[in-house]
Amino acid sequence: MKAKIRKIVTIVEETRFEMGRAVEPPTRRAAAVAVIENPFAGRYVEDLAPLIEIGEELGELLASRAVAALGIEGPRAESYGKAAAVGENGELEHAAAILHPKLGAPVRKVLGKGAALIPSSKKRGGPGVALDVPLGHKDAAFVRSHFDGMEVRIADAPRANEIVVAVAVTDSGRPLPRVGGLTKHEIKGIDGLR
Amino acid sequence: MPSVEVRKRVTIVEDIFHEGGPVARTPYRRAAILSVIKNPFAGRFVEEIVGFSEDLKPLGLEMAKALIAALGGDPKLIEGYGKGAIVGEAGEVEHGALWHAPGGYAMREALGGAKAIVPSAKKVAGPGARLDVPVTHIDASYVRSHFDAIEVGIADAPRADEMLLVLAMTTGARVHNRAGGLKASEIKGLDGLR
Repeated sequence: MKAKIRKIVTIVEETRFEMGRAVEPPTRRAAAVAVIENPFAGRYVEDLAPLIEIGEELGELLASRAVAALGIEGPRAESYGKAAAVGENGELEHAAAILHPKLGAPVRKVLGKGAALIPSSKKRGGPGVALDVPLGHKDAAFVRSHFDGMEVRIADAPRANEIVVAVAVTDSGRPLPRVGGLTKHEIKGIDGLR
Repeated sequence: MPSVEVRKRVTIVEDIFHEGGPVARTPYRRAAILSVIKNPFAGRFVEEIVGFSEDLKPLGLEMAKALIAALGGDPKLIEGYGKGAIVGEAGEVEHGALWHAPGGYAMREALGGAKAIVPSAKKVAGPGARLDVPVTHIDASYVRSHFDAIEVGIADAPRADEMLLVLAMTTGARVHNRAGGLKASEIKGLDGLR
């Protein structure tokens, strides 16, 4: 099943100063967000395979859009995350079907690598609901400077029969990181953790 | 005059394919660019503020050009525009009014001359506040198909001593416009109204 996409929103955030101190180079993150029809709104459907397929399609589309919005090559991306908000006539399980089984592989393909788990969040909500997309380093989940989150929202979505799906990509960690832990220069990148 | 310090820059692009009706041949696009700057007048009453308007001119032009780039780079594709400001709680709405001239003239210059007044909205509010930025046709304010608005906001801005400045542009009419009135094809383009 192909996703019926009503709209796509891309958001780019660039942080240049924090507490009056310059962030050099500025930290940058982008989210690409699709609003799609929920084919199973309003009824219980046992087999969610069509949503799993939609997840695969959106993984490729949204990761490509996010990377393009940052104006970088995929492999230069440093961290990523994903999230979905299901409209009131859908189930949380619909978000899970889109996000978890197949969305990740095409995202990793666009980014060149991605040994780490893609952190995620999901919720049910009405139009304008805020999604906090969690972010983690794409090759080593323990890189502490890259733990972050990006808030996204679309004023008119999700409608009751829609799902909002977001993929976020950065080319950097938090501005002025200084809480220690594993640094990106120490990544082995084999097990996805360190 | 105080210099302009940009803490953060956010760009939002929406591609709208449909809104329940026929899918548009070319998606309707609307976009906004937001800059979070220090409010040099925060926390006290300053009588002479108009000079800061001059200081904002280069920022306005940079934002207008970046916004056109986010919409594909061709100024001829831009058909609607708007602007706005959210002033942090230690400032006045009058500080937001300083954005009228530099924001408006910057877009006109970047678009190669546009005749209509740039519609605007502004307010004093806290971090995460949302602003509905009004949008109208760039050459004739009465073109009904182009009346629109784009909702914008940033979770962590404006802080009390900041201002959030916004420019918005669109590439055409609302996706299913059918409310009549003056059409873009009927514009005389002399007075900026019709």
